[in-house]
Amino acid sequence: MTKKLKKRIRRVLIGAVCYFAAVLWDKLLLASSIIIPVPAVIAELFLRNAVPNLHDMIRFAAFLTAYIVIGGDVVKNAVKNIGHGQVFDENFLMMIATVGAFFVGDYPEAVAVMLFYQVGECFQSYAVNKSRKSIAALMDIRPDYANVLRDGEEKEVDPDEVAIGETIVLKPGERIPLDGTILTGNSALDTMALTGESMPRDVSAGDEVISGCINLSGVLEVKVSREFGQSTVAKILDLVENASSKKAESENFITKFAKYYTPIVVFCALALAIVPPLILSGGWSTWIYRALTFLVISCPCALVISIPLSFFGGLGGSSKAGILIKGSNYLEALADAQIVVMDKTGTLTKGSFAVVKILAEEGVNEKELLELSAYAESYSTHPISQSLVKAYQDAGNEVIKERLGTVEEIAGHGVKAVVDGVTVLAGNEKLMKKEGISIGTKWKEDALTGTLVHVAKDGGYLGAVVIADEMKPDAQAAVAGMKAMGIKQIVMLTGDRKEVAEHVAEKLGITTVYAELLPGDKVDRVEELFGQKSEKGKLIFVGDGINDAPVLARADIGIAMGGLGSDAAIEAADVVIMTDEPSKIAKAMKISVKTLRIVKENIVFAIGVKVLVLLLAALGMANMWAAVFADVGVAVIAILNAMRALQTDQL
Amino acid sequence: MRKTYILEDLDCANCAAKIEEAVGKLDGVSKSTVTLLTQKLVIEVEEDKASSIVKEIKAIVKKFEPDVEVIEK
Repeated sequence: MTKKLKKRIRRVLIGAVCYFAAVLWDKLLLASSIIIPVPAVIAELFLRNAVPNLHDMIRFAAFLTAYIVIGGDVVKNAVKNIGHGQVFDENFLMMIATVGAFFVGDYPEAVAVMLFYQVGECFQSYAVNKSRKSIAALMDIRPDYANVLRDGEEKEVDPDEVAIGETIVLKPGERIPLDGTILTGNSALDTMALTGESMPRDVSAGDEVISGCINLSGVLEVKVSREFGQSTVAKILDLVENASSKKAESENFITKFAKYYTPIVVFCALALAIVPPLILSGGWSTWIYRALTFLVISCPCALVISIPLSFFGGLGGSSKAGILIKGSNYLEALADAQIVVMDKTGTLTKGSFAVVKILAEEGVNEKELLELSAYAESYSTHPISQSLVKAYQDAGNEVIKERLGTVEEIAGHGVKAVVDGVTVLAGNEKLMKKEGISIGTKWKEDALTGTLVHVAKDGGYLGAVVIADEMKPDAQAAVAGMKAMGIKQIVMLTGDRKEVAEHVAEKLGITTVYAELLPGDKVDRVEELFGQKSEKGKLIFVGDGINDAPVLARADIGIAMGGLGSDAAIEAADVVIMTDEPSKIAKAMKISVKTLRIVKENIVFAIGVKVLVLLLAALGMANMWAAVFADVGVAVIAILNAMRALQTDQL
Repeated sequence: MRKTYILEDLDCANCAAKIEEAVGKLDGVSKSTVTLLTQKLVIEVEEDKASSIVKEIKAIVKKFEPDVEVIEK
């Protein structure tokens, strides 16, 4: 709680006591039939008989004291603001309303309304502060210090002061201050704050670490690779902090609405105070009271505060889920998505090759097939060769160099190698043909979806290993999720072969595929698709940020599968999915829909209650209490509702 | 160039909008955004006006929200 708020609460409490004392005094005297033997009361009664107006004067003084204690600052601010040329602010409106009530003779009501208003304001301040803090806590990834190793000594310095190439020491429980590479040590990292992923990530020497994560178990020595200003954490903080300054349409609408709303209500109040009494000739105090009620309702605060707060909550909630959205406007636009265009490699697939199938001929051991292919290809740096070695190693084996004899690479064909003294051929169809080995037809179907490495040993065909770009485990769920969100058209773009693209699309349930595209073609295809959506609908492009920056920029919303530390993606896109999971696209849409629903609820609720109370007040059916509720009560409820936007776990 | 100020104790949304508008109309300021939730004012200002603009901003903030403190970041 801020000091200012504490002070305010204290004053309101003292004022409340004064008010209740005054009311009690008033009641005791009015109920003259119940004479309580309190000397003061008797004295007062006696005095009342002696000086008829004294009671009224005391009563007035008592309520005035309470009023000044409670609402003194409101009146002071109002007067000050008029001096600044600021007429229609809430202080002024409250002052006119309550001073007016005093003149009409409703002392208790004037004080009570001010009291209620102040209590509401305090609560509103408290709620805003609290929500601000809970959102800020989500984004609290800024490291406070770095333990840098200088001249063999550890020194605690500001992360800003550490240069590239210096070594920092990370102890368990500390936040990683800078990006770098591990020199020594093993540990698990908590990447929750950056990716929303709750499983710790195991790291060891040679691995890269990203600032903002928390080192959980071991001591690590890390060589710094980027200055703090360029580090992942600094970039993310900058992005998140600036996100709420890109305002959504509904935010701008509310600001504009507020600008006209207050003057209109104030002039209605003025008309209400003057016109009916003139027509009906009389009843001035009744109509003035009703007009004063109008003034209390005329403050637009509930709206103005709850709308941006809802968006802020939505932005906070999505970053908690590992989705960084660069502005309220994008959060708003996500709900209107109609066409989603997705890049295949790196978005729906992992973008790395892996062994997906082993087609062994009859009587051939699958393990042997993989083993021989891995040995034969173990010297190559080609991604396909490496995927063979990796699959072999993942099965718990090791490549022992001594077993490998001469290796001959035949460009465009494959490898001829001697393993355990036996000649092994590993390569494509052409290689087998060249060597006169018959390979049958078993592999034909798989050739459509991936790359084949045929293997022969000592002149005899063993079979083939199928290597393909693996689909991400949640790719299917991602497409299904988007369909469930009402996306009419999901399109896949890829530079890959048509057969491969269609195979992936079919598996995922995507009907429109454009394959064998050059990077420039992607923009043209997206341009074409723009013509197919309605005016209000939005086109989303999802890519991994490599080679597709122009398309990311051209789409209404560019979503990048960021991954940790991919600068190009973070910069080019409007939304960055830190976890690399395509299923987060649907989640982002859900957060958007939920946030917008809350925004709508707040707009309808706040305007609805205000208009209702205005009508009732004009008809004389609502008193000032109802009006204060329509002002601060509604604001508080709207704020509490806005805070729901922060809850995104269940979506 | 871009400058950021912290508006400490800013808690009225309507005033935030008014401050944003008034600062945006200052000479040399091309863009002004007040974010209530981060209590920040971010402006795009011409290089040569950057140092003198604080005074004007402080005056505007004082006018709308006398209790708010402007802190340069």
